[in-house]
Amino acid sequence: MSPLSWNLILALIWAAVTSNFSGANLLVGFVLGYLILGFALRDVPDFARYRKKVPGLFLLLGHFLRDLVVSNLRVAYDVLTPTHYMRPAVVAVPLRAKTDGAITILANMISLTPGTLSLDVSSDRSVLYLHVMYLDNEDDLREQIRKLEDRVLALLE
Amino acid sequence: MINDLLVSVMLVAGTFFMFLAGIGVLRMPDLLMRMHATTKAGTLGAGLVMLAVATHFLDAGVTARTLAIILFILLTAPVAAHAIGRAAYFVGVPLWDKMLKDDLKHRYDPDTHILGNPDDDKHP
Amino acid sequence: MLEGALFISYLLLSLALLCALVRLVRGPTLPDRVVALELMASLTVAFIGVYALSNDRTAFLDVAMVLALTAFLTAVGFARYLEKGGHRGDQ
Repeated sequence: MSPLSWNLILALIWAAVTSNFSGANLLVGFVLGYLILGFALRDVPDFARYRKKVPGLFLLLGHFLRDLVVSNLRVAYDVLTPTHYMRPAVVAVPLRAKTDGAITILANMISLTPGTLSLDVSSDRSVLYLHVMYLDNEDDLREQIRKLEDRVLALLE
Repeated sequence: MINDLLVSVMLVAGTFFMFLAGIGVLRMPDLLMRMHATTKAGTLGAGLVMLAVATHFLDAGVTARTLAIILFILLTAPVAAHAIGRAAYFVGVPLWDKMLKDDLKHRYDPDTHILGNPDDDKHP
Repeated sequence: MLEGALFISYLLLSLALLCALVRLVRGPTLPDRVVALELMASLTVAFIGVYALSNDRTAFLDVAMVLALTAFLTAVGFARYLEKGGHRGDQ
């Protein structure tokens, strides 16, 4: 069984023992379970890797939420300014993620971050096509996508 | 009291973003730019309203349902945008004439629906 | 204070629905209309949320969940139709 399912089972047991199935209590159980697994099973390689992944997940989630808010302020700005300031373009960006899951998560996050919208992936999975609202510098855009991709890949592979 | 304040702020912010999505869909010059407005602003707007509902009721059943709605919108909005954008390229929806570049143009094979990549030009 | 926020929310959502309706009628192509319809679906989800708050009734939240699901299916269905050779609607 995977470390994640062990952690979820521990959270459920915590909720059952304290007889309180609210979201906050389940979260407390999850954190406690994570600490126990990370400490007690630190010599098992699977669990050691899992211990490093969970903070990455929350970091990714935090970045994602911040990006979502920033992108909305950007859209607000776009919508309320005259359209002739816009420089839209469709750009091909190289893609390193190969699995379905990684590509889906990356594409969804790109769609919800400022100024970019993922359109499609080439059939050989080497290129991701993006629509950009303001194309200032193509290399900056590639760099920005590469950083996001690094974070997603570190979590999934 | 604090709870009410939080709910009010989230409600107004969320509906304001949805209002912006509406304005965006009306004002933007082409389909792809309209999708920018609906996917981003629509997602955050509906998410904030649902969070406000969860904060107001503070009830496990309501929280579970609102979280399910938020998760569902977060997962499906970008996928729907991808599906519509792809279909738009196949039927040749006219795009804004001031676009700086369009890497995707003529990359779809109209018969096999295979999408090529920019390397195809270098060694055909 | 919540009453005021609810009033503003209803107002903003109605205006947004009106904008989406104008886009739905004007088109010009079928994908544009599908985007407008999708926005209307998520606006309705938000409307149900505001209604649940103003009437203290949570029963309609299930409807919002199903609506979010079917709106996605509609968009994918239209996209499939266009890709398989449907008419784009402005020629």
